Amino acid sequence: MSEPSQQSESAELREFRAEMRAFMREEAPKSLLGTSPCGPFDGYWGGKLHPPVDPDVLRWRDVTLARGLTAPTWPKAYGGAGLSYAHAKVFYDEMRELGLPRPVVGFGFAMIGPTLLQFGNEEQKLQHLPAICAGEIRWCQGYSEPNAGSDLANVQLACEPDGPDHFILNGQKVWTSHADRSDWIFCLARTDRSAKKQRGITFILVDMRTEGVTPRKIELISGASPFCETFFENVRVPRSNVVGEVNAGWTVAKALLGHERSMIGQSIGRDPGSTQRELVKLARKHLDAAEGPIPDPLLRDRVAAVSMEEAAFQLTLDRLAQSRAAGGPGTESSIMKIAATELKQRRFETGMALAGAQGLGWEGDAFDEEDLAYTREWLRSRANTIEGGSSEVQLNIIAKQVLGLPEVK
Amino acid sequence: MSVVVSNGQPTLTLVLDEEQQMLRSTARQFVDQHAPVGRLRTLRDARDPRGFSDALWKDMAELGWLGLQLPEEHDGVGLGFFDLAVVLEQCGRRLMPEPLVSTLLLGAQALMLGGTSEQQAAWLPGIGAGEKLVALGFDERGARGNPAAGKTRAVRTGSGFTLTGSKVGVLDAHVADLIIVSAHVDGQLGLFLVDPSAPGVSITRHVALDLRNAGTVTLTDVLVGEDAVLGGVSGLDNGGSVLDQVLDRARIGLAAEMLGAMEQAFEDTVNYLKERVQFDRPLGSFQALQHRAARLYTSIALARSAVLAAARTVDQSSDPREVAKFAALAKVRASEAFYDVAREAIQLHGGIGMTDEHDIGFYLKRAQTTLVSFGTNDALRARWAELNGY
Repeated sequence: MSEPSQQSESAELREFRAEMRAFMREEAPKSLLGTSPCGPFDGYWGGKLHPPVDPDVLRWRDVTLARGLTAPTWPKAYGGAGLSYAHAKVFYDEMRELGLPRPVVGFGFAMIGPTLLQFGNEEQKLQHLPAICAGEIRWCQGYSEPNAGSDLANVQLACEPDGPDHFILNGQKVWTSHADRSDWIFCLARTDRSAKKQRGITFILVDMRTEGVTPRKIELISGASPFCETFFENVRVPRSNVVGEVNAGWTVAKALLGHERSMIGQSIGRDPGSTQRELVKLARKHLDAAEGPIPDPLLRDRVAAVSMEEAAFQLTLDRLAQSRAAGGPGTESSIMKIAATELKQRRFETGMALAGAQGLGWEGDAFDEEDLAYTREWLRSRANTIEGGSSEVQLNIIAKQVLGLPEVK
Repeated sequence: MSVVVSNGQPTLTLVLDEEQQMLRSTARQFVDQHAPVGRLRTLRDARDPRGFSDALWKDMAELGWLGLQLPEEHDGVGLGFFDLAVVLEQCGRRLMPEPLVSTLLLGAQALMLGGTSEQQAAWLPGIGAGEKLVALGFDERGARGNPAAGKTRAVRTGSGFTLTGSKVGVLDAHVADLIIVSAHVDGQLGLFLVDPSAPGVSITRHVALDLRNAGTVTLTDVLVGEDAVLGGVSGLDNGGSVLDQVLDRARIGLAAEMLGAMEQAFEDTVNYLKERVQFDRPLGSFQALQHRAARLYTSIALARSAVLAAARTVDQSSDPREVAKFAALAKVRASEAFYDVAREAIQLHGGIGMTDEHDIGFYLKRAQTTLVSFGTNDALRARWAELNGY
């Protein structure tokens, strides 16, 4: 089948596709065409602390926002377009086809928004969701702490009542990515120290401009500083910022992690075939072979093996999406975080093998910018199997929840 | 039409429709009930002259499985390769030694892809009815599964050809009613239909590691007519390309069998981990073992997607290169996952896994066989690279 067929698409979806295509051709700024793989984290992150941004980016935000398309599946009442997942997929497909970025991206869409839709009260939804849709507010994640990494339920950020309507927060969060540029943070805090650790956690929203909140950048092995640590010193927060019930935050926390993991999987799978294209390009550059077979048969074999892994992963994303759409069991989705992140790491490892000595630079004229950037991205990729629940935590989840292997008594 | 659009590319349907789910559960029931893995041991120890059950083969014909993918004009059911793969997966669960690969994946596909209408009419109805078995010989000692590296030759005579050479690892040659062999002729690779009882044909059966049935077919000046060329004499130069397509389908069908086999071996292993108590606790409560099981589960899920996509591509793509890519992907990913599962299955079963008395060992033997069958994985990765332009 050489030509894609649309016969299985309903007439209504076909019409919607045509409508979206026309909308984008007409309204999307030309300068943005072909600039983005359209993943959940590729684009404008919004917020009040964002550095000056290209006016075309804001124009794209405005025209989509007017139709609720910055968050297509969210209800209209909260700034979305109230579309089905099938319609949203059509919308994203068409954007990807044109290489358009999502109009606004970030943790608001990927994590806290879906969680508020599920667990937030009406007031919270009205306060936060439209602001996320408009890109006015950027969110960061206050989960990990120095002593609560994989053992996330061990969070200790103190959250003590202060009168009937407030809490006081004291403690420290780490790995609060981009906290220095965020307006709000969603936190897991300790409200009951006597209960079993999962039962004493409260999910609470904090305005980063509240007195006593201090973010500080952390430099990483890649030389970049997207990570931060965030300190809380007598931070007074209204009780109305609690999502769900006090001491029942662990359920909310886990739901959010589910959204986060599925986003990581989608993000890595957003550009099918990109791994193979990138590695072949690197091989051509570093092995000085403009065309034909990659001259080193061992490296060629490695490129093919990683590319096959990529293909199997992409097909699995498709298969699980189809299975969910057909109401099938979603148990296999638990593997996607591991599969996605390990694929990404193997891709960079193979790229580094192809680069050879050109991958060993930190700065200086002996290396071109692309070489230097690739090495730093390789370093960054080591975080993929740690963030969002380490691979080991994912394996625990699969073993217990999917395979039903027994707990240690 | 089961194609939807994503990113300008056709997306393959990778889930089963209702009828396929029914086919799957019927097949699973039948195989569980009639084809326990322990049969392999019984057939082996009895030195069974056929090496499989003719009665079961007839039952499978009656269930419509043997004719599932054959065209209706030749008394088949007319379904797709994907449907056949659904059945093969279930047969693979219990490592069935019946002549599925030889007759359905090699013989029938060769006849369907390359045969004249007379050749198809002569053989396909009998295949679907379970009355005719077909073998295909393409591999030779030292050729490592590459048909072009074979040395068998066909020499033109007055009224046809004489064939000389030796084919190894020919599945079910000892029971075949027809053996299709590849042979070099006039600088081309041709496929020839050979009557196993013809003068000059000798078949030596061997006991294969995985207890599928196979043998060596030796051809000494075997005379065949022009009508023995698959596709007729005019199709003589087409043999190599037909054989490539047949082998791609065999890779995909075999990968479907592997999927069932690895699922079963994995399920048996996880159950064992739940039941076996050491140090006063079930083995499955040890995290070191839990993580290994969870990793296997992950590779099986990825292999499943590759295999289903490949089977679907056979039905939907008219481009042999596209099928070839998916065949390489399915065979490599499935056989590597299967081998990992089988190797770990033995380790996690411990001492009992080393005994012939336990069934799990049969899965390791089959897994090793799949790694090597129909082209090594190294060769298939090289093929994938070539098909993708590097």
